Amino acid sequence: MKSFTYEKATSAADAAAAAARKEGTKFIAGGTNLLDLMKLEIETPTHLIDVNGLDLDKIEPTQDGGLRIGALVRNTDLAANERVRRDYGLLSRALLAGASGQLRNRATTAGNLLQRTRCPYFYDTNQRCNKRQPGSGCAAIGGINRQLAVVGASEACIATNPSDMAVAMRALDATVETVRPDGATRTIPIAEFHRLPGDTPHIETTLTAGELITAVTLPKPVGGKQIYRKVRDRASYAFALISVGAIVQPDGSGRVAVGGVAHKPWRVEAAEAEMPRGAQAVTERLLADAKPTEENGFKIPLVERTLGAVLTEARG
Amino acid sequence: MKFDTPATTNPIDQLKVIGKPTDRIDGPLKTTGTAPYAYERHDVVQNQAYGYMVGSAIAKGRIASIDVKAAKAAPGVLAIVTADNAGKLAKGSFNTAKLLGGPDIEHYHQAIAVVVAETFEQARTAANLVRIDYVPTKGVFELAAAKDSAKAPEANAFSGPPDTAAGDFAGAFAAAPVQLDAVYTTPDHAHVMMEPHASIAAWNGDKLTIWTSNQMIAWGVGDVAKTLGIPVENVRLDSPFIGGGFGGKLFVRSDALLAALGARAAGRPVKVALPRPLMINNTTHRPATIQRIRIGAARDGKITAIGHETWSGDLPGGGAELAANQTRLLYAGANRMTATRLAVLDLPEGNAMRAPGEAPGMMALEIAMDEMAEKLGLDPIEFRALNDTQVDPEHPERPFSQRQLVECMRIGAERFGWSKRNPKPGSVREGRWFVGTGVAAAFRNNLLTKSAARVRLDGRGTVTVETDMTDIGTGTYTIIGQTAAEMMGVPLEKVVVRLGDSSFPVSAGSGGQWGANNSTAGVYAACVKLREAVAQKLGFNSEEAVFADASVRAGNRSVPLAEAARDKEIIAEDAIEYGDLDKKYQQSTFGAHFVEVGVDVATAEVRLRRMLAVCAAGRILNPKSARSQVIGAMTMGAGAALMEELAVDKRLGFFVNHDLAGYEVPVHADIPHQDVIFLEETDPISSPMKAKGVGELGICGVGAAVANAIYNATGVRVRDYPITLDKLLTELPQTG
Ligand SMILES: Cc1cc2nc3c(=O)[nH]c(=O)nc-3n(C[C@H](O)[C@H](O)[C@H](O)COP(=O)(O)OP(=O)(O)OC[C@H]3O[C@@H](n4cnc5c(N)ncnc54)[C@H](O)[C@@H]3O)c2cc1C
Ligand code: SF4
Repeated sequence: MKSFTYEKATSAADAAAAAARKEGTKFIAGGTNLLDLMKLEIETPTHLIDVNGLDLDKIEPTQDGGLRIGALVRNTDLAANERVRRDYGLLSRALLAGASGQLRNRATTAGNLLQRTRCPYFYDTNQRCNKRQPGSGCAAIGGINRQLAVVGASEACIATNPSDMAVAMRALDATVETVRPDGATRTIPIAEFHRLPGDTPHIETTLTAGELITAVTLPKPVGGKQIYRKVRDRASYAFALISVGAIVQPDGSGRVAVGGVAHKPWRVEAAEAEMPRGAQAVTERLLADAKPTEENGFKIPLVERTLGAVLTEARG
Repeated sequence: MKFDTPATTNPIDQLKVIGKPTDRIDGPLKTTGTAPYAYERHDVVQNQAYGYMVGSAIAKGRIASIDVKAAKAAPGVLAIVTADNAGKLAKGSFNTAKLLGGPDIEHYHQAIAVVVAETFEQARTAANLVRIDYVPTKGVFELAAAKDSAKAPEANAFSGPPDTAAGDFAGAFAAAPVQLDAVYTTPDHAHVMMEPHASIAAWNGDKLTIWTSNQMIAWGVGDVAKTLGIPVENVRLDSPFIGGGFGGKLFVRSDALLAALGARAAGRPVKVALPRPLMINNTTHRPATIQRIRIGAARDGKITAIGHETWSGDLPGGGAELAANQTRLLYAGANRMTATRLAVLDLPEGNAMRAPGEAPGMMALEIAMDEMAEKLGLDPIEFRALNDTQVDPEHPERPFSQRQLVECMRIGAERFGWSKRNPKPGSVREGRWFVGTGVAAAFRNNLLTKSAARVRLDGRGTVTVETDMTDIGTGTYTIIGQTAAEMMGVPLEKVVVRLGDSSFPVSAGSGGQWGANNSTAGVYAACVKLREAVAQKLGFNSEEAVFADASVRAGNRSVPLAEAARDKEIIAEDAIEYGDLDKKYQQSTFGAHFVEVGVDVATAEVRLRRMLAVCAAGRILNPKSARSQVIGAMTMGAGAALMEELAVDKRLGFFVNHDLAGYEVPVHADIPHQDVIFLEETDPISSPMKAKGVGELGICGVGAAVANAIYNATGVRVRDYPITLDKLLTELPQTG
């Protein structure tokens, strides 16, 4: 771990402003991802701004009947929140499918959205990795990549986004609220928040330098059956091979977002039109441009079969 | 004490203390966090500095240059040791690759430097500042590609000859009306025990003490001395508590050497733990195997030919995984062959992991037996019973000392409800699950090896046992305490057990499931001597003296045991040494594993639903700790069946998933209800304890029982472990 300086933020706007003042600054929330990466010198911030303690830990109704989730709400609290469980069951289920009880007690909403890939070569600083060291190449291509992306990847990077929560947020059409160093606030639709790798896989979101997430808002509830199905090699405490988050309405219409297949939660709105026709039709559209590797081609039938099971469950 | 004739009745047979499901005597220390594990031994020596290892970034090649300037200048750094300034180092007898590499690199993450600093964080930061230029050379990293270049390995103490044969295998197999010829593979496995390898080293003049985590203390002393080129008398190892080993700590590893070298360079004590992400490629692992099994049988189910060939790889000079060895002994059949082949691979070195040989061997053989039973239209238990043998089938003049394989199977079948099983694959469905059950035999040899102990009796009647035996989490403290208590006729609370210090008599150590039987037999021998000394001191005829209720008695005279040591502690030391009973008899342990799985009809995720093991393994010294061993082994076997695999990057030559996020082992949610039954058995051929090993028996066959249950559930036969969902997915039966 490289040495760094540390300060505790006093307000969201000040935190953003302070972040712009020093090159190499990062915010730290739960620290469950950042600290691990710092120990391995994959992240090497020179200055940390601790945002814990900011008044961003509330879950409140919005004027249009939705929900505003503070950036510092812990994953455990979010999953257990009564309104979330009642109106946004998908979110609660996705959160509980992730990590472990201890980690969820620490992990925050913003930190979860910004967690980095679990590509094994990203974690091994001896290896080439465009995400860790732009321009160095990608050791995962042609290597061990069973876990990695089948769709939306590039020649530069085939990593996946490992977040379960983000899959639910994507299906629920969440919006990310931020404040920038100049004090300006903005909202970013979740669909535009995470980026595909292209030739800059180290740039993972559309946040700009020093921009702080203050909240994530959910629009008013859409009802329907909300199912999150995470498929993995062991029964708990593992990242998804693939996951399916679905909202299915009584008439068979609905929404589907898929995790573990791309650099971002994968949702193709056009594919959702096929929902009444079943899983195969949806999957064909959803993964139309899939280019799996030798090791991870199974993810395509797996998505289709899992979605099929989810649709059956929703009907039942 | 020489043990060369079968045991007769002895004080252990009283079973007042032995055989009871006693709680671990070291339990309170562990549950309160006060058991002294190596890295936290802050009190053993003052002024400890921290060492951090630098591992090679390439798998094979040479270091062109190494620049430690920046690291040396970093805050807190006290010393940096590389091959350049380490002085002359030899290689330990139990090491295949050097523990400190350079300039030649033999495998990925081979240690090439240790950076010593005032704090752990400073050492770690500085380690990242060491700049190394490598010249990589081409290596061979893929077993399947290297298989054809494999050769017969040299025989060693554990292996027997690489090839064995009896009768005419080729002819009998060709003539057999029912045949199976199939290839199975098992991947590389990591021990990933909870406690990483860790050591604190301190020099006092030319004397070296290492507080460490090691299963085999005497081997360790020998190899530290050899590596450093110092006399064995100058080396002391102390390892009272070990947070798991599974064979990964049988040998001295780089933590111990780097701590010793770092301490010498820094002029003060140094502690080194292997960081988790470096452990997997730096240390040893269970090597991958490719196994070909051929079985020929008559239509009545009698095996006429059985052949097992196995291939594995290792660094030059390394050893083979002996995956065919159990096939020499397990089933009858007049015509047989086994062959072991070893290829050169430039991956990290392979070596023993829990039940080396049998664990992967049984994963293959017991699928083959299931396949063969199906071809014959026989129940898999009946097929095994039909081919049971009470003698070593390669050397029929050697009977098994005890062999209750069929009993294990039958009792297990009854307990498990085997008769209710639908033998037709893919025919049971419950909700979203295909459900199936599977069975496999368990088999592991019982190994005899000399083991010594010292026992002391003091004036308060306390019996203290000292032996360099180790407790790797298995319960050794407790069974040794139980042995001494039984022998001396005192309650367990009156026994103090001290382990793991090389200044104590040399024991069997922990490995190969030989620890429990041999080390307690060594304590038995020492206690026999102590009883004689006590009897003499108190004026009893030692033949007649009865040791019970903390007293010694004969006729109507009874004297408190403590009396004997009133003015002076009485000390006795002895070892158990074996004659040729293990040549005359084949000593093995047996069992049966039963497993029920559910396979998700959509995703092919496999989830265990029930597990049962029935074991016949001699006298069970402590059913509670023995049960813990077996359920732990079943869990490890489930991991091997379903998820554990070191993923080899065949271009770059290393195990890519080198941390606990990437190398998945079972978590609680993966493990269902587990039952263990121990059959009544005493084996007077094995030792005066009449016990055998059980900690490795429990893993042997589990993987195959899971595989066979998956087959029963789905009709999909997977012969390549681990059985992950991608190997089943598109083959699953169609559902509505
Ligand atoms: C062993 C393990 C298993 C796991 N398993 C799963 C799993 O199965 N599924 C899953 O989804 N996740 C899993 N996780 C990941 C876990 O969900 C994340 O580590 C966690 O959500 C991160 O939140 P945090 O608050 O700790 O973030 P931190 O580590 O504090 O920060 C993460 C990143 O977010 C940035 N950041 C934090 N807050 C803000 C803010 N307000 N504005 C802008 N930037 C900010 C930080 O600068 C940093 O770059 C696992 C993690 C571990 C360690
Ligand atoms: S896939 Fe992406 S994260 Fe993984 S090695 Fe390649 S560039 Fe790095």
